[in-house]
Amino acid sequence: MIKELSQRLLGPVTLALLALTFWLGLWVTPPDKVQGNLVRLLYVHPAVAWVALYVSFGTATIASCLYLWKRTRSWEMDRIAHCAMEVSVVFIILTLITGSIWGRPTWGVWWAWDARLTSTAILGVLALGYLALRRANDDPTLRAKRSAVFAIVSAINVPIIHFSVQWWKTLHQGATVFTSNRKLLVHGSMALTLLISFVGFTLLFFWLLRARYRLEVERDAAYRAAFDEAVSLRQREGVL
Amino acid sequence: MIRVAWLVATKDLRIEARSRVLLWQVFPFGAMALLLTGLALGPAHAGHSSAGPGLFYLVMLFVALLMINRSQVIEATPGTRASIATLGLDPAGVFLGKALALCVELWVSGLILLAGTVLVLHTALHGAFLALPSVLVTLAALAAAGTLYGAITSGGEGAATLLPVLCLPAFAPLLIAGERAFSAALTHGGLWEWWVIVVVALVAYVGVGILLYGVLEES
Amino acid sequence: MTPSPVVHLRGAVALSGGFPLLSGVDLDLDAASLNVITGANGAGKTSLLRLLAGLLTLSSGEASVCGVDVATGDLRQLRRRVGWLGHEGSFYADLTVRENLRFCARALERPLEDIDPVLERVGISSRADTITKNLSAGQRRRLGLAWLLLRRAELWLLDEPYASLDDQGRTFFDALLSEVIAAGATVVVSAHDPLRATTLRPRTITLAGGRVREVAP
Repeated sequence: MIKELSQRLLGPVTLALLALTFWLGLWVTPPDKVQGNLVRLLYVHPAVAWVALYVSFGTATIASCLYLWKRTRSWEMDRIAHCAMEVSVVFIILTLITGSIWGRPTWGVWWAWDARLTSTAILGVLALGYLALRRANDDPTLRAKRSAVFAIVSAINVPIIHFSVQWWKTLHQGATVFTSNRKLLVHGSMALTLLISFVGFTLLFFWLLRARYRLEVERDAAYRAAFDEAVSLRQREGVL
Repeated sequence: MIRVAWLVATKDLRIEARSRVLLWQVFPFGAMALLLTGLALGPAHAGHSSAGPGLFYLVMLFVALLMINRSQVIEATPGTRASIATLGLDPAGVFLGKALALCVELWVSGLILLAGTVLVLHTALHGAFLALPSVLVTLAALAAAGTLYGAITSGGEGAATLLPVLCLPAFAPLLIAGERAFSAALTHGGLWEWWVIVVVALVAYVGVGILLYGVLEES
Repeated sequence: MTPSPVVHLRGAVALSGGFPLLSGVDLDLDAASLNVITGANGAGKTSLLRLLAGLLTLSSGEASVCGVDVATGDLRQLRRRVGWLGHEGSFYADLTVRENLRFCARALERPLEDIDPVLERVGISSRADTITKNLSAGQRRRLGLAWLLLRRAELWLLDEPYASLDDQGRTFFDALLSEVIAAGATVVVSAHDPLRATTLRPRTITLAGGRVREVAP
């Protein structure tokens, strides 16, 4: 019952949090001393980047690990990994777009060869590669295993992205929310809005994931029906 | 695992020594690619030594793709794949063996290309010597990663075109780190961050390969 | 007590690219027997052999080969116990005959001293140092037999082995199969034409549409 309730509430709560984020971000929170109103992208870009790099890619990687581990191997895990990676592509693209929009007035260019931006773009191509790999294999088991291994191998790149801000000299803003000593950099209403945006976009990911998963379940059901038909057609070969 | 790795590595290297694909196809390709990079830069910039490390790694990346594809093609004949699969070799050993053989081939290619970079792009010789350890470790990490990705794409539809799509983004952080280490060797700059990335990547790819190559072989 | 069959399949279905190569095979094969799988092109002969070798995934049904459950068991252990001879090239084309067999022997931890007698037995010892891609089709088939003899497989899976063999080659082949069956191996041969193998009086299994249609005798 709790599961059903939470599934029913996921959509409305997500929309409410996002609406709240946009209201607070656009009208309530003050402009920044230096960046002015440009700072309002703070309530979108970091949250979208967080979802892209950690939540969605992380979900795909964990589901892939669970698929490969025999005890938890199931088609559900493969579906979750696939759907999470698709949603990850969407969020990675949004990260790059919002980053470019923020970068243009700040750095003077739409794209700079900054380590974080470049690494995020690389991760986006990796995610697209995952989807390309899935399309290259018709056999469901082969597809699931190879995709799972690829997702895990690609996850090696996520910590490289994480450490790239510290290790490379870069145009990109340094740590946005916390310093390396875990001291909060953003205060007051801005901090609250930022927190709400992180929660809102994270829930948005899970909402999109659930919708995509349902579509995948229907697709698999259609595939199974087609498979049963193919088996019976095959059995009739040589008899007619 | 080690016994199987040695068996597979010596087999791959013996096949390479006999077929001489490296000598007659990969080296000429690498040489031409290096020349093309010089031409693309234009006469004013082609001889500028700061371009050397990046161009070296760019060409090595394409060479690596050729070698990875070659490493998989050796096993790709359906009959060969079936016969070898029925030997039931330890997959971790197979992975290590193929990665080791590919690593040796990349090292040989890398050394020759490094000499070419010194000659054609005027990269400082002493800098190239200083960069050699980082080059060898970066190429080893490429070999480990390439062996994994080669197995992921092997036998699938459009394997030859899918391999670069999967490999290039994964190689990019390695090549960035390798190029920075090479450049730092030329300018006596700080090296340790790039070493950390390359070594961590090498260990990670080898670890994942040992753990998961069996899954790819099953499929 | 009746010994359990070496191969036991019930309703075995195997897919490739969504197409059911095998659509519900029921089959039992006894130890130390010769079995010929026949059928038209596309009937599923090669697919059945690949399933028995652990090279094809079982999508549904039951399959037990050499005591290993194909769906849940250790396929690597199964593969080490079977010997595969395909109709395509089965070896490393750039290695010599001896190098290919040495690789096989080392992989299975067999003594290297076994190689020369095996080459002698199959009649290609004069070609031991020939690069495999330079062998004729018949010689490559003999190399495949050498490979199988070297590995002492419990279950031999031979995919259209009579193709590319002349009469002398077929006679030699039949004699070799008799020997290995007498030594306890189970042999499964796929052939378009069952008449080729009748000199040995095998059990003939006819496939059509990915299923067993007839078993004789």
